[in-house]
Amino acid sequence: MSSRTFVPLCFLPLAIFTIAFLALPLVRLILASGEGEAGWAIYLEILQKPRYLSTLIQTVVISVAVTIAALAISTTAGLFLVRNRFRGRGTLLSILTLPLAFPGVVVGFMIILLGGRQGLINQITPGHVVFAYSAFGLFLGYLYFSIPRVLLTVMAAAEKIDPALEEAALTLGASPYRIVRDVLLPALMPAMIAAGAIAFATAMGAFGTAFTLATNIDVLPMVIYTEFTLSANIAMASALSVILGLVTWAMLLIARSFAGGVVAAGG
Amino acid sequence: MTLKLTNVAKTFPDGTRALMPVDLDIKQGEIVSLLGPSGCGKTTLLRIIAGLETTDAGGKIRFDDEDVTSLSVVQRKVGMVFQSYALFPNMSVRRNIGYGLKMQKLPKSEIDARVDEVIALCRLEPYADRPINALSGGQRQRVALARAFAPRPRILLLDEPLSALDAALRGQLRDELAVLLRTFGITAIFVTHDQTEAMAIADRVAVMSHGQVAQIGTPEALYRAPASPFVARFVGDAMPLKGRMGSGALHLDGGTLPLEGGAEGGSAYVRAEDVRLDEDGPLRGRIEAVTFLGTHYRVVLSGVTPEPVVALHVGASAPKLGQTVGLSIAPGAILSFAHETESA
Amino acid sequence: MLKSPAKILQLAVTLLACAFLLVPTLQSVLAGVTVNYFQGVKSGLTLKWIGEVWTLYSASIFLSIWLALCCLISTLIIGVPAAYALARNPGRLSRILEEFISLPLAIPGLALALALLQVYGSVQGFRAHWSFILVGHVLYTLPFMVRSVLSVMAAIDLKTLEEGAASLGAPAWRRFTDIAVPNAMPGVLAGSLTVVTLSIGEFNLTWMLHTPFLKTLPVGLADSYASMRLEIASAYTLVFFVMIVPLLMAMQWASARAQRTLT
Repeated sequence: MSSRTFVPLCFLPLAIFTIAFLALPLVRLILASGEGEAGWAIYLEILQKPRYLSTLIQTVVISVAVTIAALAISTTAGLFLVRNRFRGRGTLLSILTLPLAFPGVVVGFMIILLGGRQGLINQITPGHVVFAYSAFGLFLGYLYFSIPRVLLTVMAAAEKIDPALEEAALTLGASPYRIVRDVLLPALMPAMIAAGAIAFATAMGAFGTAFTLATNIDVLPMVIYTEFTLSANIAMASALSVILGLVTWAMLLIARSFAGGVVAAGG
Repeated sequence: MTLKLTNVAKTFPDGTRALMPVDLDIKQGEIVSLLGPSGCGKTTLLRIIAGLETTDAGGKIRFDDEDVTSLSVVQRKVGMVFQSYALFPNMSVRRNIGYGLKMQKLPKSEIDARVDEVIALCRLEPYADRPINALSGGQRQRVALARAFAPRPRILLLDEPLSALDAALRGQLRDELAVLLRTFGITAIFVTHDQTEAMAIADRVAVMSHGQVAQIGTPEALYRAPASPFVARFVGDAMPLKGRMGSGALHLDGGTLPLEGGAEGGSAYVRAEDVRLDEDGPLRGRIEAVTFLGTHYRVVLSGVTPEPVVALHVGASAPKLGQTVGLSIAPGAILSFAHETESA
Repeated sequence: MLKSPAKILQLAVTLLACAFLLVPTLQSVLAGVTVNYFQGVKSGLTLKWIGEVWTLYSASIFLSIWLALCCLISTLIIGVPAAYALARNPGRLSRILEEFISLPLAIPGLALALALLQVYGSVQGFRAHWSFILVGHVLYTLPFMVRSVLSVMAAIDLKTLEEGAASLGAPAWRRFTDIAVPNAMPGVLAGSLTVVTLSIGEFNLTWMLHTPFLKTLPVGLADSYASMRLEIASAYTLVFFVMIVPLLMAMQWASARAQRTLT
């Protein structure tokens, strides 16, 4: 067998699997979204019905807030960890990347332990402080799994910055603040855009966390879930899934064009 | 094995013609070098012989009496030494060398015996069980050679086998390679851009330029009687003597040289070792730079031709900078060509 | 080290972030071995809850391990040859194909599960079988395997190594098994650990695809969070941590090692 026949043969398992379990279902999902009473106008309906529109807006607002917070925290911590070598640095880094492997449900439970009825905050503060099931709890949950992802992307980029750039700025008399503003942040910008896009996409699509917190905040994945399981409104669930998929996919395309790597989504 | 190429050419899918039609005959046991600057088509020609590239329609490649044109590299039974050596990092030295024999499905005892023999021949005994990344550049080169030679190929093809080494090692391994190839007694072709390498190792050298073979001959023949200005420049670094050529004389800025033969409109070249500092010489030049090179001085002179001329001077003391001196060139040392063109 | 107020602020942010991530983790570990969490550690330490988790959920733990292993084998069979073929044809078409199989990274698991359910949900023997969940896991983890292997294969000079093997008489499939795969091992290892780690922790797809008789570890976690007392939920989470944290560390070590071979 020559390589002209062998190499295409190597694609065969992938082709069979991908066509059967990815291409076909995705096509079916898109078609199903147009099979409701409204037909393809269902996409218009999403923008017109307050329930869906407010869900969309709430999801975007929370995701944007999480993205900004995660970028601020992770860039600060990431730069600190790249620029300083000290005892315990490895431990801090391990702690900060630990939640990478946590499914969304576990993250939700972590927030319940912090801000639930039996949570830490409620125990150590006077009065009744329970935030796990509010929008703030959801925000904290999303932040929990976003910090490690943003941190890894930013640190990888920060490690590639030539220290001579900073030294050159120092010899030219730049203050530490100017160095951060004029040298470090511009060099980190592509990585921050990429990391931000990943964080945003992950937050948009996060299901497990919202599911565990069982919040009364309507976020897109929860609405898709209830439309499908409770209302059996398959067309709407499909249409919302298509929109969600397009948004997260576009976000990750942006991320990839700014930085090559992939960090696992999901949460 | 004898090799016969007829009308072998290569046009890449984007339309570039990497190789013009080439004919080449190589005798049994002969070592031939393909010499030329990068992009001249020498590696493409080697890869076509190996079967890693196909020739354009009409080309024919014969190993002895067998037409191998349509055989793939897997079937052609050539030994190939790659520029980067392409040693398998996942295998030890011994397994690398035995890989070709394993592919021939020889019994293990026979493989072991043959590998031991080649390892001894290439003096690799101390390294036999080491991983590839524990070897030095020179050792890797020998392993690559041993691996190519172990399956008893019909022909050995070497693509710039010394270029991955640093300069100091290259000279030493060049001589080693020349000895080893002759010990093997195998027909071999090796590609290089280094004329010293080609001349040290090969029985015959094919100088290539712009996808064509400019000249093929023994090192001496190429050096003494280059067929074109390109060969003269590439083999032995001949310098152009730009001036006006007339019958029996060459008129330069720095004086007139007598010339054997020569014709209107022709061009002349000379090598630095044939230019002498000689107060009674017919040429005058001004010394611009002097470099001491141990056995001799390298003297750069202006005013002889529009471009600086280099002379090699053997003497006890350095010629003085800025001095105007006389120069002579033996009439027999001038390489003259009827046409002016640089290329082949 | 702490020369300036800026540095102190940076350190404070870093430590706060660490505390935010670590404190609830420690709480859950503690709660899992405390007799009564509401009364605190003074109520005593116990392995009772772990024992209860074992009786309640050991089947889901074994199902997750089984699925992770099957997922690993599937991604190896599908992903390694595909990565090789992509490495051998680094063209525009390959980029598009790579982009397409990476879609499950971008599209939320919920949407993928919905898509799968609509095509195969009515195929009874398949819908209720563990292999239905496996399909979801393979879909989600496959891009990690392909990319991990591909990045190593693209970094070694695969073309020349293969030419070397071909000149020694090795046919195409032997070049794949003798040269391409062994030299891509760091990538295969990193990819394998990623696949196992992600498969064990996968929830979004699995929640939609599972049936009441087929609960994986994270599905069981969600179940315990919703219906069990906090100590049992914590003990189960502790069991999950014990499984996933070594995997995560091995995965990070293997990825760093694979990265090193690239430079």
